[in-house]
Amino acid sequence: MTDRPDAPLLQVRDLSVIFRARPTTPGAPLQPGDVQAVKTVSFDIVKGETIALVGESGSGKSVTAMSILQLLPYPTAQHTAVSSIKLNGQELVGAPEPVMRKIRGARISMIFQEPMTSLNPLHTVEKQIGEVLALHKGLGRTAARARVLELLKLVGLQDAEQRLNSYPDELSGGQRQRVVIAMALANEPDILIADEPTTALDVTIQAQILALLEELQSKLGMAILLITHDLGIVRRMSERVCVMTQGEIVEAGATAEVFARPQHAYTQKLLAAEPKGTAGRSVDGLPELAHVEDLKVWFPIKAGVFRRTVGYIKAVDGVTMTLRAGRTVGVVGESGSGKTTLGLALLRLQSSTGLIRFDGKELQGLRQKDVRPLRREMQIVFQDPFSSLSPRLSVGDIVGEGLKVHHIGKSGDDRRALIDAALREVGLDPAARDRFPHEFSGGQRQRISIARALVLKPKLIVLDEPTSALDMSVQAQIVDLLRDLQDKHGLAYLFISHDLKVVRALADELVVIKDGKVVEQGPATRIFDAPATAYTKALMAAAFELKVAESAAVRQ
Amino acid sequence: MSDLTISTPPPQDRLFGLLAITPLTRRRIENFRANKRGFWSLWIFLTLFVLSLFAEFLANDKPILVKYEGAYYMPIFSFYPETAFGGQFPTEANFTDPWLRERIATQGWMIQPPVPYTYRTINYRLDVPAPAPPSAANWLGTDDQGRDLLARLIYGFRISVLFGLALTLVSSVIGIAAGAVQGYFGGRVDLYAQRFIEVWSGLPELYILLIITSLLVPGFWTLLAVLLLFSWTSLVAVVRAEFLRGRNFAYVRAARALGVGDGMIMWRHILPNAMVATLTFMPFILNGSITSLTALDFLGLGLPPGSPSLGEVLNQGKDNLQAPWLGISGFVVIAAMLSLLIFIGEAVRDAFDPRKSLR
Repeated sequence: MTDRPDAPLLQVRDLSVIFRARPTTPGAPLQPGDVQAVKTVSFDIVKGETIALVGESGSGKSVTAMSILQLLPYPTAQHTAVSSIKLNGQELVGAPEPVMRKIRGARISMIFQEPMTSLNPLHTVEKQIGEVLALHKGLGRTAARARVLELLKLVGLQDAEQRLNSYPDELSGGQRQRVVIAMALANEPDILIADEPTTALDVTIQAQILALLEELQSKLGMAILLITHDLGIVRRMSERVCVMTQGEIVEAGATAEVFARPQHAYTQKLLAAEPKGTAGRSVDGLPELAHVEDLKVWFPIKAGVFRRTVGYIKAVDGVTMTLRAGRTVGVVGESGSGKTTLGLALLRLQSSTGLIRFDGKELQGLRQKDVRPLRREMQIVFQDPFSSLSPRLSVGDIVGEGLKVHHIGKSGDDRRALIDAALREVGLDPAARDRFPHEFSGGQRQRISIARALVLKPKLIVLDEPTSALDMSVQAQIVDLLRDLQDKHGLAYLFISHDLKVVRALADELVVIKDGKVVEQGPATRIFDAPATAYTKALMAAAFELKVAESAAVRQ
Repeated sequence: MSDLTISTPPPQDRLFGLLAITPLTRRRIENFRANKRGFWSLWIFLTLFVLSLFAEFLANDKPILVKYEGAYYMPIFSFYPETAFGGQFPTEANFTDPWLRERIATQGWMIQPPVPYTYRTINYRLDVPAPAPPSAANWLGTDDQGRDLLARLIYGFRISVLFGLALTLVSSVIGIAAGAVQGYFGGRVDLYAQRFIEVWSGLPELYILLIITSLLVPGFWTLLAVLLLFSWTSLVAVVRAEFLRGRNFAYVRAARALGVGDGMIMWRHILPNAMVATLTFMPFILNGSITSLTALDFLGLGLPPGSPSLGEVLNQGKDNLQAPWLGISGFVVIAAMLSLLIFIGEAVRDAFDPRKSLR
């Protein structure tokens, strides 16, 4: 570390965390089955600075953060004897529980990734925040209420007075995260640990929350330890960065310096891994593969004794678009905007009204039985590679299921050859055939999902956020794979994503959706270069510059 | 590219060297074993059950093997008239007849089962009026008609377990099918079926069973059908819940997108999830089935008169309080059987508990 005039607020030295498979005495050597999640990590946090801990999932960054608060499941988790975490000179490793309790939430507080699960669904906003105040400051009810209101205003929650009695499920994701931040700030901590604070949020909300954190830091002068996998956030927020992989800090330094001249091979790989490039090819003259016109998916809202339909939730409301062979249409929008529903409706996996034409055939009005043979031509890859593969079937069974259903391949050997070819095509060893999904990483599983779609030789694949659940470097690989497969087989993609960087890398045409309605539609290059509507502009600003747009196009 | 490397697969795990099993199954078996009480209960129960399947060799009034005048006879398997052993009548030889026993003893020998009575053999040579207390001839004594109690308990245990298994199996199949259809299709099908089940289970079960059994000639299969009328509903709720949850799984949607039919999706993709809940319930349903048969037998509405049944032994115990061996033996057998099954059920439940990791 560089010499700093001010003494560090928090000093982490040679921190190691070992998860024991079996109970052992502390200090025992590693046994088979034990996992060393963090290996001799050292860093400092200085008053008022933002330091980022960046790495992919499983790199040990969250475990490091939890060690600071001593919140790991001891004694399954153990620190080595030399591990030391000092807060203003006070040792935290092995500190007695009453001491830690005074520190947690008062001097060091934490905000978590998932704002829904970090709030108690049965307590009102006032009660949740009031609890922290009562615990550490012993505030009475009226005093606490005033302070809660002040905090809610500080974190910029709209209509703070009315929100006091709201329950978490009445708030949106962004509002919830504001409440969580208010809770963390209640006792004016010296250090705020933010563990992936925006990962579960939409890009526009993400920009708002990041702006809020910056503003609060300058107001309150606290230090922020930001844990994230998103390099864009690191670049925008932090002064210093520590790059972690496999439990070790491989590179540390000033953010600008690390980004400009990465020294370690892993940092270089991580920086190179951001999906790059643009597609934006012309679609003129290409044959139409699928076309939807005025597609509507309305869910009725029923009320009263007779369950009369009193209104509709318009998930998809009058979308018209055309997909052409060998080209990609990107569908972007915030969560809840109807992107996924649109994809499902196109495949007739969701009932809808309006025209759906696929390969010259009308799909609307066909019975499910008659749609089934067509499923061979149109496939889907889902977002979460962990839940979209049946855990009880082998990879060969999963990939080969469609072949059996559509009676492709005469014999078992024929089918096995097709399965092997598909696995090879997505970059997997055909030996994977006899293995089960849980033996594979997220990226490998997503490849299996793609192989399952690909083995049927479809003309259209709907890709429903296929990269959102994956690490950055794996994302880039999947994007490359998808691009190669499209060129090779002339596939049409409907690419649904909220991640505009990935969309830019793949989409030729773009459909921007808000509340089920198309806001803007056209060639991807044109929209990315010159977005016409305020909403698209806000979306782009949030995604590429992590900035909050001035207009009121996005909600809180 | 580290993403693409695949380590060599571990060797295929096999149960007893035969059945290929997944690591998940292996973990469940280990969990089951870790519950010592349940594990030993399973072995004790299996031993008793397999032994009772061969009850004819354990308790029978016919010898297993007879050597008479140089020829071998197996009366357990074939019919031999008394004339074959030099008797007068063409009817089946009665090997409890002292005259015949003496004749065989002089001309050859015979191997008898350890309990030389079957469930309906009446011991006419009792020194005391029936029910006779335990003695060297009747180890657990006899019932009030002079039949050997041990023989009746062995056969009664067998018929109880077989009946319980059959009832459990059939009611599970029906219950799973009904639950699966309701959960998978949901909507109106689910609504109407749920209301029907609610009304159905609101019927006074015992009275209806009493009425039906008094109308029909009771027998193993009629009783099975009658008890099935009400026992099939026990699994519906669990399976329905699993299917309601399962139909929204991403891999179920993926299967639908592949064009897989409804039946296949239910069978291949969702049913394995529901099986965990089902298997956990199974030992308890088995217990319930056995208890309901015993209850009907106790009331005299169960198996036809003369059949070996544990309920009937209990009834006799109630009627003959001066002969406590009846009630005590019946109670011990039923209590031991039900306890063993409960212990097994607990171990099965532990084995399938995902939160319980191997220590």
